Amino acid sequence: MNQKEFMQLVNPFKDKVFRVAKRLLVSTEEAEDATQEVLVKLWNRNETLGEYKSVEAVAMTMTKNYCLDQLKSKRAGNLTIVHNNFTDREAGLHKQAEDRDTWQWVERIMNDLPEQQRLIVQMRDVEEMEFEEIAEILEMTEQAIRTALSRARKTIRENLLKTHRYGIG
Amino acid sequence: MALDRIENLIEKYFDAKTTIAEEKELKAYFTSTNVAQHLEQYKPIFGYVYQAKQEQFKATLPLHKPHSNKKSPMTFWLSVAASATVFLGVGLFTYHSFNQPETQNLGEINDPEIAFRETQKALNMISEQVNKGIGSMNYLNEYQQSKNKIFK
Repeated sequence: MNQKEFMQLVNPFKDKVFRVAKRLLVSTEEAEDATQEVLVKLWNRNETLGEYKSVEAVAMTMTKNYCLDQLKSKRAGNLTIVHNNFTDREAGLHKQAEDRDTWQWVERIMNDLPEQQRLIVQMRDVEEMEFEEIAEILEMTEQAIRTALSRARKTIRENLLKTHRYGIG
Repeated sequence: MALDRIENLIEKYFDAKTTIAEEKELKAYFTSTNVAQHLEQYKPIFGYVYQAKQEQFKATLPLHKPHSNKKSPMTFWLSVAASATVFLGVGLFTYHSFNQPETQNLGEINDPEIAFRETQKALNMISEQVNKGIGSMNYLNEYQQSKNKIFK
């Protein structure tokens, strides 16, 4: 497989890998690093790629593992700066700005969820993946995933309502 | 779109029982302009989820020639040969050092009388040396004496 073919293979899901990485690592730079890492690893496995049923699923599993490792080592290194989108949030004058504002709340709430729930919400709600695929990547049963997803969605709803009621939470 | 259907779907959504198609329906409804007043609260969730999917990976990929992780057969056989050489070397060395011939010729005396004399000579020499050694230890007694004077 040459470079061009590889890019064609990877293109449909490289954004997805990036978004999942970002959901876990929060910062854009780290997510970019993670994506590069995962894709380069795939590239090095070049010759054996044909053996996999779905390269995308492999990539997602690698991303998950890489990011969780990354988070673990970061915690061990006592680095606790949580990137919170340092753009200053001007009061929304018109509707769109306001929308973006509430989206940021949702993002924040989502990033406060436990890692596993974050992954599930990302894969299901954002990437629109089937439970079956998610179950395979996370090595969990579909039922467990449904339970975690339901819990995560309800947490998001509750926190969002709280934010609405008390202003910025 | 029937409102009670949406309400129904929302309930299923929070129990994680909706299908992908139903979730897409919800997203379409909540990103449209006419959302019912009492459902406004859910708008940000679906709006965000929709918007989050637009983000793209923009960094470049540093792809070089795949340095194949598999070692070439040449390297493999080379390492086999190298380890064989090392083992052979170590093996031969230990074999030789453990099988040193112990037949060192020290000279032998057959006549018992001469042997007796020689032995006596040797023992005398040893005792002489030992006495010399003990003699030089004598001054240690001084310490003992003064120690006994102080500690009674």
